[in-house]
Amino acid sequence: MKILKYINIKSAFAFIALISLFVNNLFAQAATTAVATVIDAEEKNAYVPKMVTYYLLLFLLVCIVIALIGKILSVYDLTKKVQGAKEGFSWDKFNGFLFLAFLVVGLYGTYWSYTVQGAQILPESASEHGVKIDEMFNLTLIITTIVFVITHILLFVFSFQYSYSTKKKAYFLPHNNTLEKYWTVIPAIVLTILVLMGFFTWRDITNISPDGIRNAIHVEVTGHQFAWEVRYGGKDNLNGRKNYKLIGGLGGLNSLGLDLSDKKNYDDLTVTEIVLPVNKSVRFNLGSKDVLHSFYMPHFRAQMNCVPGMSTSFQFTPRLTTADMRDKVNDPNFNYYLLCAKICGGSHFNMKFAVKIVSQKEYDKWIVAQKPLVTAAMLKSYQEGLAKKETTVATNKIALNN
Amino acid sequence: MATLTLYDTHTAHHDHAEHGDHGHHKETFLTKYVFSQDHKMIAKQFLITGIFMGVVAMTLSILFRIQLAYPDESFPLLEMLLGKFAPEGRLDPNFYLSLVTIHGTIMVFFVLTAGLSGTFSNLLIPLQLGARDMASPFMNMLSYWFFATASVIMLATFFIETGPASSGWTIYPPLSALPKAMPGSGLGMTMWLISMVLFVASSLMGGINYVSTVLNMRTKGMDLWKMPLTIWAFFLTAIVGILSFPVLVAAVVLLIFDRSFGTSFYLSDIYIAGQALPNEGGSPVLWQHLFWFLGHPEVYIVLMPALGITSEVIATNARKPIFGYHAMVYSLIGITVLSFIVWGHHMFVTGMNPFLGGVFMITTLIIAVPSAVKTFNYLATLWRGNIRFTPAMLFAIGLVSFFISGGLTGIFLGNAALDINLHDTYFVVAHFHLVMGSAAIFGMLSGIYHWFPKMFGKMMDAKLGYLHFWLTFISAYLVFFPMHFMGLDGVPRRYYAFTEFESMSEWLSVNKFITWSAILGAVAQVAFLYNFVYSIFWGKKTVQNPWESTTLEWTTPVEHLHGNWPGEIPTVYRWPYDYSKPGSDVDFISQITPLSETMSSNLPHDFEGNEESERIQLDWEKQNNKELVK
Repeated sequence: MKILKYINIKSAFAFIALISLFVNNLFAQAATTAVATVIDAEEKNAYVPKMVTYYLLLFLLVCIVIALIGKILSVYDLTKKVQGAKEGFSWDKFNGFLFLAFLVVGLYGTYWSYTVQGAQILPESASEHGVKIDEMFNLTLIITTIVFVITHILLFVFSFQYSYSTKKKAYFLPHNNTLEKYWTVIPAIVLTILVLMGFFTWRDITNISPDGIRNAIHVEVTGHQFAWEVRYGGKDNLNGRKNYKLIGGLGGLNSLGLDLSDKKNYDDLTVTEIVLPVNKSVRFNLGSKDVLHSFYMPHFRAQMNCVPGMSTSFQFTPRLTTADMRDKVNDPNFNYYLLCAKICGGSHFNMKFAVKIVSQKEYDKWIVAQKPLVTAAMLKSYQEGLAKKETTVATNKIALNN
Repeated sequence: MATLTLYDTHTAHHDHAEHGDHGHHKETFLTKYVFSQDHKMIAKQFLITGIFMGVVAMTLSILFRIQLAYPDESFPLLEMLLGKFAPEGRLDPNFYLSLVTIHGTIMVFFVLTAGLSGTFSNLLIPLQLGARDMASPFMNMLSYWFFATASVIMLATFFIETGPASSGWTIYPPLSALPKAMPGSGLGMTMWLISMVLFVASSLMGGINYVSTVLNMRTKGMDLWKMPLTIWAFFLTAIVGILSFPVLVAAVVLLIFDRSFGTSFYLSDIYIAGQALPNEGGSPVLWQHLFWFLGHPEVYIVLMPALGITSEVIATNARKPIFGYHAMVYSLIGITVLSFIVWGHHMFVTGMNPFLGGVFMITTLIIAVPSAVKTFNYLATLWRGNIRFTPAMLFAIGLVSFFISGGLTGIFLGNAALDINLHDTYFVVAHFHLVMGSAAIFGMLSGIYHWFPKMFGKMMDAKLGYLHFWLTFISAYLVFFPMHFMGLDGVPRRYYAFTEFESMSEWLSVNKFITWSAILGAVAQVAFLYNFVYSIFWGKKTVQNPWESTTLEWTTPVEHLHGNWPGEIPTVYRWPYDYSKPGSDVDFISQITPLSETMSSNLPHDFEGNEESERIQLDWEKQNNKELVK
């Protein structure tokens, strides 16, 4: 009875609070209409306190409803007890039933997610090693889904089936070594299979023969806050030497820090999008000017971090041209892209770089149209610098001689 | 229950005299509630601080979820609350990253490490082992106050001009080392580092205390194989913490050197803000090795106590012994050892030698085996049980579900080849939020509901607990399940907005759905907070052993006393899981009940090869015409 009284007082308080808030709101409204000449910013935000109040009221209302339901349930429980029923409402049975319901709805939800959201995931791999990755992914998915479904059925069905009853007694089963052996060994075997598959695929992707490396198209990608700079190896298919201390030199033109004493730099090409021929191996040599970035091309199942002070690389072979992929995903606007997957600062979310896979013929046509990275202006500035250096060296020598 | 009240209270004073000044000095408010050296009070301090930090971190997550759901809309309320961190009512991208960072840091360290281990190790180690307090109560007190100071410093970063640290909870340098790289890497990062050093100091003082208490202060008869699984879990967690946390401090100190004293441990070849830095020869990958050497054991530091709590709660409420007690302990030990040699699976695509990647893949997938054993043992414990669905039990079952769902996706991520395309995507976010976030939080909530009567002498309202559980359980799945598919679409994590990539726009509606589910989950916590606070003051008074449990903590009186037991500490005669034992007329037999009082229910393995006892049992059975049950 005490509790009943308490609840009444509480709801009364709640009602008073509700009414007073409404009244406050009305006044607030009147106040805003009365003072029409408020400055812009204030006017813009004037509705905010009111909005907050409404949401709080809504929340309060929900709380009251929940409290009322709780109240009704306990009254129901009490009356049942008064009527002489041995047990009131069985919350154990109720929760057990909810678990069963959760199982059914959850399994349906999983199925729905797999089919609807599963249809939104990446299309088939556009690279050769990615096909192997996808196969392994599918195998792992099948195995884990089976385990997921079975264990959840067991978990929730047991919860439902063995919910509490005063009539029964639990079955005393402290251990069973045979069972333990089974569920140690079987997962171990399945995992061994997955590990071996994963291990060999991983070695295939990361271990590339020196010939394979030499024959691949070399593309250098350098990340910085917040963009990518890409250069192709040019005729010799080799990227020239760089030094980060030279960045910003040559009258501010040397954005990558090219060391122009290395002749390999002179045929390197600068591009505004990555274009690659299909079915030809490409090696991305990765670097960063400032913080960590991650070179991530999801359609090619390719990712590798870009680390300042350390050279990393990722090599793969594209197998579907952009046009092929457009047909496959049935979207004429589809494009491959490169993005950054490692947190790198405020605009981390906006580091897109276009990628295009084309036929060998189109590639050959495209590559000759690309401009050398070392421009005439850079070269001029470099030679001026050299000349100046020579004169300083010469004057130094004279100074020494004197 | 009768056996539980057999203490000779007259020995109390004698016993206290032996133990020095326990309970004799006058307690002031300051010594009782603030600088308390009583493990039960320290546990409550950890719990309440942990819950507070949890609410803060959850609020932060709601803020960034709003940004993700409505990237193009303006919320003037945000500007009113956050000022220049949300100009025009939209979160600043750098502040968004701060929110993500501090959410992660607080949740992983302050809630799930200190809040979970700090609370339950402190509460249960002395109570379940039969000790009067921790090995060093003073160090225990220091542990809490270091933690509290660390918390204050961490939260204080919200009130500085450049904002809190914002390079992700893993604070990878160079981003975290260069104030020019982002505003959060300025003073905010310095404070983050100071806070973490204090935190680790707290954690170590706690851990050393837990280990020495478990090893030295068990009551008579409590050998290691009679310890409840909670204690095993806390014990092994403390060992993992002691061995791995110092490495984080080492890494942090080197980072402080790089930031403030011009060294080059993690920095090399950097050109930033129009300037080439002089640092050469360092490696950002070194940080990752050091960080994950703690970072990976850390996820087990978070998870193992939750698993221990769950084992206890499931056994008690299924009224069955935990299935495969020894297997449970060995799998915990297996996880403890293996947790130290798997850190490289966070680094498959960071430029680490690929051969090393292959090795780490193997060790990583091995760790799935003990985890699988634990799952199946939980299922076997539920089988043919007589399950009481207390709120604690609901959360324990929820944990098992999350542990399965999140654990299975670990098989994808542990595979180096698959990780290439999943690394740093939402798939990872979904994975760890289920397996260590939700699972560990559910373990913690389960523990709170279960041991609330022991901590506060009151009962929490069960029905509100049910409501809390179901809303939280459902919303957690609604939030994290769809994220797997975003990850499989190659959507990277820590993106401020998905607006710059056309292909990501299809996830915008999913983001709205996730955000509203998260808000539902957050609102559901109000039911818990209300229940928690209300029950402390006005809850129904508890009886001594409300869950009819076998373990020692329920043999202490409801009223707390410094020293836990009035009179002698009870002796332990049996393992902690004698529930529903055949031949016994009660469905639980306390650890302090001698075998001689339960002749009708003794089993051969209870005697552990003690021939004298076996002979007495056989004689008794001959007299009573009972076959020894095999």
